[in-house]
Amino acid sequence: MSEKVLMKGNEAIAEAAIIAGCRHYFGYPITPQTEIAAYMAKRMPKIGGTFLQAESEIAAINMVYGVSAAGKRVMTSSSSPGVALKSEGLSYLAGADLPALVVNVQRGGPGLGGIQPSQSDYFQATRGGGHGDFHMIVLAPASVQEMAEFTVKGFELADQYRMTAMILADGTMGQMMEPVSLDLAVSPMPEKPWATTGTRMKRPHNIVNSLYLVPEVLERSNFERYERYRTIEEREAMYEEYRMEDAEICIAAFGIAARVSKNAINEARAEGIRVGMIRPKTLWPFPSAPFRAAADRVKAMISVELSMGQMIEDVRLATECRVPVSLCNRVGGMIPEPEQILAAIREAAKTGGNKQ
Amino acid sequence: MNSAKRITLFCGHYGSGKTNIAINYALHLRQGGEAVTVADLDIVNPYFRTKDSRAELERAGIRLICSDYANTNLDIPALPPELYAITDDRSHRVVLDIGGDDRGALVLGRITPAILAEDSYEMLLVINRYRPLTPDAPSTVEVMREIEQAGGIRFTGLVNNSNLGEETEPDTVLGSVPYAEELSRLTGLPVVMTTVKKNLFEALQGQVPGLFPLTLQAKIV
Repeated sequence: MSEKVLMKGNEAIAEAAIIAGCRHYFGYPITPQTEIAAYMAKRMPKIGGTFLQAESEIAAINMVYGVSAAGKRVMTSSSSPGVALKSEGLSYLAGADLPALVVNVQRGGPGLGGIQPSQSDYFQATRGGGHGDFHMIVLAPASVQEMAEFTVKGFELADQYRMTAMILADGTMGQMMEPVSLDLAVSPMPEKPWATTGTRMKRPHNIVNSLYLVPEVLERSNFERYERYRTIEEREAMYEEYRMEDAEICIAAFGIAARVSKNAINEARAEGIRVGMIRPKTLWPFPSAPFRAAADRVKAMISVELSMGQMIEDVRLATECRVPVSLCNRVGGMIPEPEQILAAIREAAKTGGNKQ
Repeated sequence: MNSAKRITLFCGHYGSGKTNIAINYALHLRQGGEAVTVADLDIVNPYFRTKDSRAELERAGIRLICSDYANTNLDIPALPPELYAITDDRSHRVVLDIGGDDRGALVLGRITPAILAEDSYEMLLVINRYRPLTPDAPSTVEVMREIEQAGGIRFTGLVNNSNLGEETEPDTVLGSVPYAEELSRLTGLPVVMTTVKKNLFEALQGQVPGLFPLTLQAKIV
C-alpha cells in the first residue's frame, strides 16, 4: 500500500498495530483515544483478530498480560486516568518480563481533569508507571505518520527487550488528521521460547510470574533487568535536531509542543535570533547525549511542555545544570500559542548567557 | 449545488469532512440571502465541533444550534433544547451536521419523523476515498446503509470530499471521480457536489461535477 490515506492519529495507531501483527486488542473507551477502540472493533473481526471491550481498564491490562504470556503481540490503549488504573498491571508485566504495547493519549489532569490535550503524564510514563523498580520504553510521536511508525517500532522494541513499550501521545495527536503512508516495514517477531504455548510433553513447563519466594533471587532479577535497561539507554534513544547547527538557544519539546515550537523557532529566526530545538522521540530512554552536547554551545534552554514542568527535570539532569533551563507551558488542556513560545525565546535571548 | 429543499443533512463516515462542509454550505446559503441555521448534532466526537467556527457563523448572521457543553470538558452526548427549532421554525433554511457513522446518525431518530413529515430535505452522504475504511465504493455503501438504518432516513445524494488534507493536489481529487461515479451507479444517488479547498478550485473548474469551494476550515488546535 504505497498510496497515502487520510487518518486520525488514533486510527493510525490502530491500523499500524494490525500491520505489526497485533491480533489482540483490549480496551475501555475514554476520550480522547476512543477511536483506537472503535477502529479495532471494526477491523479485528474482519481479519480473525480479537477486539474485546473489557469491563474496566484494569481488566484490559490483565488480558494483555495473558495474551503476552502466550507469546502474541498485544495492545491496550487509554487516556490519562485510565492509564493510572492500569499501573498495577504495568508493574506485573515488568515483573514477568512480558512485552506489550500500551498507548496513552493524554488529557488534562489531575483527577478526572478534562478531555483536552496534555503532556502531564510524563513522570508517570518515564519513571516506570507503577510500583517497584522498572521502566517502559516511551515513544513520543509528533505527527500522524509517527503515530503509525512508532507503533510498529514499539512492538519491535517490546519483543526485543521483553518489556512494555508505551506510545505517549496527547489529545491533539490522537485527533488530528494527516496523510499517512502505511507502507511500514515490520521485522519478523523474534522467537519466544519462554511463552506458555503448551509443552506438548517435549519441554519443561514455562512459568510466567512476578512473584519471587527468595529475596536473593528477586534481587538478582532486578539487577539483570537493569542491565538490560542500560543496554537500551545506550542503543535506543531517538531524537530530532531542528535548526541546532548555530543555535545559541535550545528548545526542548516533544509531541504537539514540538510542532508549535517549530513555528515559533522559524518566527524567531526571521527576527535574527539563533534558536533551535532538540525533540526527543523517546522519552525513556531520554536522549541525554544531544542535550549534554548542546549545553556546551548554547546559552539557554527552554522546555516547552503541556505540563507544570516534568521533562525539564530530565533536561536539567542531562545538562548537569550547565545552562539555565526555563519552562514555557500551558496546562489543563490548553496548548501554548507560538506567540507565547516566541516571547520566551526573546526573553532567553535577552537575559540568557550567564555561562561565563 | 442549490437545492430548493429546506433542510440539508450532512452525514457520513467518521472524519469524512462533514463539519467543514456544513459550515461552508451554510455560508453559501446565507450569501444567497436566506435565513440560515446550522445545527451541530454531533454526539460522537467532543473534539471537532461546529462551535469552533461560532464567531465566523455569527458574523455572517447564521444561527448556531449546538450542545451547551460543546468545547467544554463535559464529555457527554448532550443535545440542545433548541433542537426542535430545526423542524418547528420553517422560516429558516437548516444545515445539519451529524456525527460520524451509524453511531452519530442515531441522533436522527429524534427528528426524522418531523423531517420526513415535512418532506423538504436533502440527505447527503459525505465521502472521502482516502479514508482508510472507505477506500472503495462497496465499503462506502456498507457505511451508508448502516447510517440509513440508524437514522431511519434514506440518502438523496452524494458529496465527494475526497482529499488528503494539506497534501491534496488536483490529481487527488480527479483520482476520486471514478470512485464517486461507481458509488453513484451502485446506489442510484447523484453526486451533487465535489468539495475542494478554495486554492484548488480554479485548477479543477470544469473538470468535476458540482465543484464547491471550501473557504472556512474547522480547526482543531
